[in-house]
Amino acid sequence: MTDDVIDRLIGIEEGDALFTLRASRPDARANAQASFEALLQPDDVEHASRLERLAIAWWTVALSHSATAPFYADLLATESPETLRALEGALPEAVTTGPSGDYPEGPLTVEDVAGPHWAPSPALTAVVGDRLAAALAHAHLLTYRPRDSSPDALQALLDAGWDATGVVTLSQLVSFLHFQLRVVAGLTVLKGSLR
Amino acid sequence: MTDQVLRPAIDVPNAFTQANLGWEPWLEPVPKEELTDRQWAGLVDKGRANSPYFRLLVRDPDILGARTRTDNDIFYNERGGLPRALRELAATAASRTNGCIFCASVHSRFAAHHSKRPDDVQRLLDEGLDAPQDDPQWRAVIDASAALTRTPGEFGPEHVQRLRDAGLDDLAVADAIHGAAFFNWANRLMLSLGEPTPPQG
Repeated sequence: MTDDVIDRLIGIEEGDALFTLRASRPDARANAQASFEALLQPDDVEHASRLERLAIAWWTVALSHSATAPFYADLLATESPETLRALEGALPEAVTTGPSGDYPEGPLTVEDVAGPHWAPSPALTAVVGDRLAAALAHAHLLTYRPRDSSPDALQALLDAGWDATGVVTLSQLVSFLHFQLRVVAGLTVLKGSLR
Repeated sequence: MTDQVLRPAIDVPNAFTQANLGWEPWLEPVPKEELTDRQWAGLVDKGRANSPYFRLLVRDPDILGARTRTDNDIFYNERGGLPRALRELAATAASRTNGCIFCASVHSRFAAHHSKRPDDVQRLLDEGLDAPQDDPQWRAVIDASAALTRTPGEFGPEHVQRLRDAGLDDLAVADAIHGAAFFNWANRLMLSLGEPTPPQG
């Protein structure tokens, strides 16, 4: 098995047809890996802790019904099994479908789709704290209703103790995972169709 | 002291368009004169220091640099695979699905330029993902990109088959997957960290 996370998530070995395909886009492959490392194995955790990153990662891919969820569950369990248990308990009431959300009023208003707005329960907040709880709510928004994003949603993060740089990191983390989980989903289907 | 968001007073565009929109951040970008060496490296292309979007993202320079290099290889690597117009079409279709008016404006313009088919692109913007498209490659790329964008994912073997039936090889299929997947990253950043502004007069 290679050291590349996407290869591991799909089950790509050196010499496989998909290995050759990915080698045709070497910078995309290397920098998808570099992105994973920058976000989840960072040198600098001043603005977002390792536990926060791992918790948000598992929450994002689990909300997305992604096959990558067990991989991120293992990473989070190593850091904090109690956080994983609390999030697993909260997941059934949070999980839904997407994308949904509203457009600015006008011709696209007919395409508005109402989606559930999730907020962490007091019991979950008691385990994870206000800061991580606010980030989990933001990850839910970005996962299912990205077009409902607003200055108020960012202010809620700032009020919970995130600084502007931490909000950028959090946003990159959730958004990157939406890329990675789709590369894994798409290439897994392609792998199954190769002879 | 707690940071405060920016609340630009603008009439946000309310329809999908190929016009040249602007974008205003909701958090303070790094001033150009305060950029560190590590932040300049994260920008990859120095010209990006003029963009408030990239000067906001450069608050975390390592992930910005990796994101940009991923983006560049998926969209600009010309060695085989999916024609550029169809990579931009995948980006546009994902953006149309998520509802990113800004991302759709940029990449619909690129798709129209590279395909020379602005009317077919505009129909996707105006009427949506189910708008008629006579070209089987366009149909297959739009459908695959939308399916991959939805949660839970709906992308399946039938999408790969339709891409192949339209004459695309395995590298082109992988490019379509990467193009749509990447815009699920880009859309979420653009939608959640600021908002589009009307075309400059």
